[in-house]
Amino acid sequence: MSIQTITKQNYLSDLIQQVRQVPMVKPWLKEARDRASIVLEELTLPTKKDEAWQFTDLANLYATNFGLATNKVVSIQDIAHLILPEAENSHLVFINGFFASELSSCQALPKGVFVGNLSQLPDPYLIENYLGRQQDSNEVFNAINTAGISDVAIVWVNKNIVVETPVHLLFITIPDESPTITQPRALVVVESGAKLNLVEQYVATGEGCPDAPAAHPYFTNSVIEIFVGENAVVDHTRVQRETSAAFHIARSGISQAKYSQYHCHTVSLGAKISRHNLDIFQTGESTETTLNGLTMISGEQLADKHSNICLNYPDGVTQQVHKTIVDDRASVVFNGRVFVGKKAQQTSARQISRNLVLSPKARVNTKPQLEIIADNVKCSHGATVSQLDGDEIFYLQSRGLDQAAATSLLVEAFALDIINKLPVPSLRQVLSRCMACKTMVF
Amino acid sequence: MIIENSEVILSVQDLTASVEGTPILKGLNLEMKAGEIHAIMGPNGSGKSTFSKILAGHPDYEITGGEILFYGQSILEMEPEQRARSGIFLAFQYPLEIPGVSNLDFLRVAYNSKRKHTGLPELDNFDFEDLVHEKLDVVKMDAAFLDRSVNEGFSGGEKKRNEILQMALLEPKLSILDETDSGLDIDALKIVANGVNQLANKDNTMLVITHYQRLLDYIIPDFVHVMEAGRIITSGGKELALELEARGYEWVREEEVLEVAK
Repeated sequence: MSIQTITKQNYLSDLIQQVRQVPMVKPWLKEARDRASIVLEELTLPTKKDEAWQFTDLANLYATNFGLATNKVVSIQDIAHLILPEAENSHLVFINGFFASELSSCQALPKGVFVGNLSQLPDPYLIENYLGRQQDSNEVFNAINTAGISDVAIVWVNKNIVVETPVHLLFITIPDESPTITQPRALVVVESGAKLNLVEQYVATGEGCPDAPAAHPYFTNSVIEIFVGENAVVDHTRVQRETSAAFHIARSGISQAKYSQYHCHTVSLGAKISRHNLDIFQTGESTETTLNGLTMISGEQLADKHSNICLNYPDGVTQQVHKTIVDDRASVVFNGRVFVGKKAQQTSARQISRNLVLSPKARVNTKPQLEIIADNVKCSHGATVSQLDGDEIFYLQSRGLDQAAATSLLVEAFALDIINKLPVPSLRQVLSRCMACKTMVF
Repeated sequence: MIIENSEVILSVQDLTASVEGTPILKGLNLEMKAGEIHAIMGPNGSGKSTFSKILAGHPDYEITGGEILFYGQSILEMEPEQRARSGIFLAFQYPLEIPGVSNLDFLRVAYNSKRKHTGLPELDNFDFEDLVHEKLDVVKMDAAFLDRSVNEGFSGGEKKRNEILQMALLEPKLSILDETDSGLDIDALKIVANGVNQLANKDNTMLVITHYQRLLDYIIPDFVHVMEAGRIITSGGKELALELEARGYEWVREEEVLEVAK
């Protein structure tokens, strides 16, 4: 082993030791922790030499030692602006990874739905078959999350229950002067025939602007596992607005039973370095999957999205549109893998990656990755990288709009088809304003 | 209409311009007064469209000499949006499609930027909708076009009508119609020309740029100028257009050669 490798392994074991110190809400979580710790003994932290990380350099992360984030007292007024009006009485708030029951409210939810943290769950044994049991949970950052698991945001929708009210999971970080790590964890189980509209959001208080000075570095390493039952429908909106000093690494694992629908909308605006792994596993035939993604970054930000759709049953339909807007010296990475196994006949998979580059120093690395074994499928992919059209800007200027107004109108227009599909009206409103102003301030 | 002693709106003096080092305009002179309709005709590549874009302030062209005065003030240093707000309007030969921007929003933003410039309060959505519905009549446009993206999927005729609708809203003092007849069938041409005629009045002036005489059957010019190799080589009344149609541009060129020989 080279010195570098040894240092990196030390960093990993230090990190694991650190996160294992977070108190557990339930003692039996220790078993999951231990399992993950054993798995981690065989794992290493990725570098640019790993193909899946070749454009995302984590050297800055490894150069930072993170302490544990502590619980902080936050008043309802402090976070009022972060609560979606549609989810006023159907949201959970976590502050620095700690459940804040006084800031959470779930009165608007119908019978047959549980939304709460682990200690509120009446029958904890229910989640044993789900928590950490998904395929590929052995990815290193996912395993670090599990090795330090302390609490879980749980959304459980019973059979045939339709939840019209959006359920909002709000993970707030309050950074400290010294770097801290928090590891949010969520588990969503939607039983057969049920329906859920889920919003997952990551944000830091005190600042929302990527250019905010004196931002303290912190690390969010989050995992959400979603199980979509037979014939169930899940809308999942994920908004990431960490500060420009933050590291955000996250995995969303989704298991889709037969005839289920999963519609995902991800919006990434924040973090110095962000990586989102979005893994979809089909566990039965005729599933429908929509992945809409929108990333808008500037400054020195890097945003990496790796999606992986694994189809092993027939008649699956997947549609993916990933759009990015990149300014200044920012850099986006998109890797969209679609695996169509031998049994996944009659699969229909479409994928498009569209990138709008606003500055000559901005970078886009986009890569479709279709792996098709079945012989009777319809799969397509495409990618575009473009700049704003000078003639379009001139046309708008010739009608009296100045260059800045013309630019923001065109940027907003580029993002609009993704924004318009968000199943929460208030988010559509604030995010289209964000696009127009090229900020992430709500 | 030609009005004696009416105000000069546009005065172009010895204008020379180039694109990427290639001279396109080579000493162009033109004066347009309130109430007048001017037509510029000329073969392809004579610099007609370039001239229209230069008037609107397209950044790709470099002015190498001469002057453009609008109400006596030079506009050479003005950004395209400043020219637009002060009353210069270019109806594009190829209006751009802008997916994702609703036509109504676009029209409202454009209209309000003009109002702001003139110190008037911006119109809210409701008042603006009333106004725009009134103006739709000028070009007989269906209100359904307001909810669609700007020009997206519009036919050639619909795009041109949308241009004239913008003109009706912005009420410019100088309108430049760049090949507005291209790609139009006769019915669409009549509607567009009729719209332009409704908007022409004693306080504004229009510059109709066209390759063919056909449009000038419906928009009757007071003056016709023939452009060739970046200059206006001859000017006359509306009968010049008919003569051009009958005898072709070669005829003007020969005339000019004769003129020079004399």
